[in-house]
Amino acid sequence: MTISVEEVYETASMILYQNLDIRTTTLGINLKDCIDSDFGAFRKKVYKKIHSHAVQLVAQAKILEMKYGIPIANKRVSVTPVSLIMESHCEKNKFIEMAQTLDKAAADAGIDFIGGFGALVQKGMTRSDRMLIDMLPDVLSQTGRVCSFLNVGSNVAGLNLDAVNRLGAMLHQTAVKSENAIGCAKFVVFVNAPEDNPFMAGAFHGVGEGDITLNIGISGPGVVKTVVAQNRECDLTKLSEVIKRTVFKITRAGELIGRELAAALNIPFGIVDISLASTTAAGDSVANVIEAFGIERIGAHGSTLAVALLMDAVKKGGAMASGNVGGLSGTFIPVSEDEGMIEAVQAGALSLDKLEALTSVCSVGLDMFAIPGDTPEETINAIIADELAIGIINNKTTAVRVIPVPGKKAGDTVVFGGLLGTAPVMPVNRFSSKNFLKRGGRLPAPITSMRN
Amino acid sequence: MKKELLFITVIGEDKKGIVAKVSDFLYRNDINIEDINQRIMGDGYFVMTMLVDIKTALIPMEKITEGLEKIGQSLELRIQLQHENIFKMMHRV
Repeated sequence: MTISVEEVYETASMILYQNLDIRTTTLGINLKDCIDSDFGAFRKKVYKKIHSHAVQLVAQAKILEMKYGIPIANKRVSVTPVSLIMESHCEKNKFIEMAQTLDKAAADAGIDFIGGFGALVQKGMTRSDRMLIDMLPDVLSQTGRVCSFLNVGSNVAGLNLDAVNRLGAMLHQTAVKSENAIGCAKFVVFVNAPEDNPFMAGAFHGVGEGDITLNIGISGPGVVKTVVAQNRECDLTKLSEVIKRTVFKITRAGELIGRELAAALNIPFGIVDISLASTTAAGDSVANVIEAFGIERIGAHGSTLAVALLMDAVKKGGAMASGNVGGLSGTFIPVSEDEGMIEAVQAGALSLDKLEALTSVCSVGLDMFAIPGDTPEETINAIIADELAIGIINNKTTAVRVIPVPGKKAGDTVVFGGLLGTAPVMPVNRFSSKNFLKRGGRLPAPITSMRN
Repeated sequence: MKKELLFITVIGEDKKGIVAKVSDFLYRNDINIEDINQRIMGDGYFVMTMLVDIKTALIPMEKITEGLEKIGQSLELRIQLQHENIFKMMHRV
């Protein structure tokens, strides 16, 4: 079974010229066994458990990078939803202290983001859940690495509008308290949140998971764009086929790294998340893939079909390649982290409304987009609720990561820098849905028969 | 003794001395070349692949990578060292 020069060259060029990398290796860590009535002892146990495992993750990932010549871009940790472990320590200052403990454990181990400072509130909120939400502006502005999530709905529970209604005000406060509103970039609100998602900012270690598990996120928009560009004339069936084959290959690379890394760490291998994820690097853009299909700019009519084709082909190729596909698995279209998305917004090709339409066929939702700082909190809540309704009714995960930037208006630009990129501030609808949103309550779980 | 096989991929413009320099480096470090192939690709790149066994190598993998990178820089070529498993996983079902 010899490997041909062409095959070796294909793999090497994916890595050298098309930005193929293992986007994230995320260690899911259960913190329930750290709970202690003595809060100081509790924090020590949390620090020790996270730090000891995370240090190993960083060291072993480096060895595998060398062995396979493939970059492992991010090493991260996700933990048990923090509201859950804080139920018996429900005091404001303790939430801050716990966040600081997570932040320090991550920093000391060389981890850039730690996820899980969140709550599962799809049906209702406990005192701890409410306090956690209230403390988010302080937590997200006072820590550098802690990421937060909320799951506010599911197919079986419906949508908790009372939880959503707290978010606009929370995001405004977070934006004001943190430089450039950056704290908001570390918070994601979901429906149908997967418990094994390795991607930040929404990663958490679900309550149905084991003690420790390793999840892998692969990437590769640059690789898919190259193969699409090599097939300019083919029809949609063939296009889907060539994408499937390419995604199959990159998922296999993820599976290999995941298995070996888990074995080296002596922990179970969780899942491979086969999401195409953009980065701010040139050529690493999902929008550019869609444009290589033959669409002038993402957001033009036809973009929803294009994203649907891409998503489906990515899933089919990935599912064939790995028996452990999980997480979000699809295609991310964050605005600020994707140069093609940024250009499309600036050129007037992509509006918030079209972005919402794209998310109905694409994971994971409205991601990393900036809106004017004076957007009313009810409007932010309504943007979130609309996006999440798409997920509930269509049996899929959807999420929102929105950044209301103080002092900025539509058309301005905000530079977050680093992985988070640059966001053009997008205009929002100026009409109000306040009276609808203030009804509160819960959108009942949808009927699952009669699906048309 | 079980072999530990890796692929060396050399990408760039064809020129004299590529095989000589790489194989000299491998010989000095007791690394056996199991197979060697080269091709001009459709996009015009010269590509050479070497399958090597590093089981008896005198230096650890990071030093091999380092040495190859130096040769790559001196010849203005990209040189990658990767364990064969990644190719097997990606290109064989």
